[in-house]
Amino acid sequence: MSSNHAKAINPVDLALPQTHWLSKLPVIAIVIGVLALVGALAMALGNHEKVELLQWSFHTSYLYFLSMALGSLFFVLVQFATRAGWSVVVRRFAETYAATLPLFAVLFIPMLFGFHSLFHHWTSEEAKSDPIIQAKSAFLNEQFFTVRGLVYVIIWSVLGVYYYRNSTRQDETGDKSITSKLQKSSYPGIALFALSVSFCAFDWIMSLNPHWYTTMFGVYYFAGCIMVVYALMLLTTLSVRGGTKVSNYISIEHIHDLGKLLFGFNVFWTYIAFSQYFLIWYANIPEETEFYAMRSLGEHGAHWLPWTIALMVGHFVVPFAFLMSRHIKRRPLLVGLGALWMLVIHYVDIHWLIRPNWHSELNHFGLFDVLTLVGIGGLFFGFASLLLKRKSLIPQKDPRLAESLAFENM
Amino acid sequence: MSQKQNLYGVLAEFPSPAAVYHACEKVRDKGFKHWDAHTPFPVHGLEKAMGLKPSKIPWIVLALGLTGASGGMALQWWINTQAYPLVISGKPFFSWQAFVPVTFELGILLGAFGAVFGMLFINRLPMWYHSLFRSERFEKVTDDKFFISIEACDPKFDATATSKMLSELGATHVELVEQ
Repeated sequence: MSSNHAKAINPVDLALPQTHWLSKLPVIAIVIGVLALVGALAMALGNHEKVELLQWSFHTSYLYFLSMALGSLFFVLVQFATRAGWSVVVRRFAETYAATLPLFAVLFIPMLFGFHSLFHHWTSEEAKSDPIIQAKSAFLNEQFFTVRGLVYVIIWSVLGVYYYRNSTRQDETGDKSITSKLQKSSYPGIALFALSVSFCAFDWIMSLNPHWYTTMFGVYYFAGCIMVVYALMLLTTLSVRGGTKVSNYISIEHIHDLGKLLFGFNVFWTYIAFSQYFLIWYANIPEETEFYAMRSLGEHGAHWLPWTIALMVGHFVVPFAFLMSRHIKRRPLLVGLGALWMLVIHYVDIHWLIRPNWHSELNHFGLFDVLTLVGIGGLFFGFASLLLKRKSLIPQKDPRLAESLAFENM
Repeated sequence: MSQKQNLYGVLAEFPSPAAVYHACEKVRDKGFKHWDAHTPFPVHGLEKAMGLKPSKIPWIVLALGLTGASGGMALQWWINTQAYPLVISGKPFFSWQAFVPVTFELGILLGAFGAVFGMLFINRLPMWYHSLFRSERFEKVTDDKFFISIEACDPKFDATATSKMLSELGATHVELVEQ
């Protein structure tokens, strides 16, 4: 019955303490991130093959962390669109990650420098005599590609910053009209998000192999985004709860719900991934089966087969069995382990999507992958923790806060 | 003695969710085993106040779901490789990819059966008669009143003492109900 009595909010509890490790993260993470990226560039410069390898590594890591920021943006949009009550206490974390999207607008620029290496299948000289690629040239050309890319990153940055700014302004003013304003803008926001994420998946991942046909690639990348955001939010929630008084407000009930959504959207990813594979396997048309053949058959496939099996087992079987029980989802340490596992296996997924398209002896997971992961990850988490530390950890004047605080699973 | 054999138990009426919630906590702490709370709508947290153990339904669903899924796969394996092998689209007889939808559907079907029929079984439903229906006041349980019933078969039950205890816990009306 405690649930029926709204807890009083103490604003002092809602600031990240100076002594908390996340307060020290911004400087450390940004410095390490910049050092890693500059170091990688310094090691690669002068060697044409290594520059190319760095571009592929950077592209992989970029799309990995981008999926987290995009998933966060989608989470925020959906909470406003559905007028969700339960999620208010954890929404600020997603708002913060979505507000780092301008960083990904800046990190989009290196993709343009790596353009001819990454997208050589449709930008090279041979592509000019390729009828399939020529038929697509109205869409797949350098100018339109660049313009589209800029449109995507601008849409995301504007949405991410808009929601963060307005929600944090409500912390101070308590203005309830902000909530209804953000709710109204979430509907066109979701439409823009759906289109931009689908087309970004076509442009930045699918066009790495422009001979391949599939009708469900956009939703495949989206499924990864919306799965990984729950893993990210679980780990953020657990990190913030330890050593702060936020644990008075974000209860095991919210963690349980994030765990349920992680489990559910992981099954959604499996559903999408299997549906794509199943239809292609059944029809058995060469321009479609090529994608799976190069990841499982022949000499090239032999290198990628372990990754394919790791995805089937690690992205479905293991987390499906592990995260099913409520007893796991209600134990912070265990559900945190599950979330960490999903973060790792999501990288395997992104790597598996992108890297088999590059035929090179150097194409193994290696130092440049580590450096770009540390680099982009450092900047991503650095800026996110910088934003997190400057504002309240919970949208403290949200009109649905009481509902969220009182939330309990049956 | 014969009177005690005919007795179903004691029924106590409470005016509000809060009253029945706190009374449940006390009844739970006194160690009663055969008792129940009756409310017109779900009262959040009442299962904790009553000290109920987690439901066994998830285990029934898991067992039946796994049975359905493995049964579905086994059925298709048997048909396609043993009973009536046919070449379809030039694919191997045992094409597990093609069998996934049926495997999935049978897993869901039996899991859902487990949830529905397991729930009915555990709740001993359908039940055509219940002793509490003898009480006229109990009709209010679907309207605006909250009840606790303690059964006579409970080892701690004593018609007078238990009735007195429930009155002290804030019951507005206490009555004995026959079998």
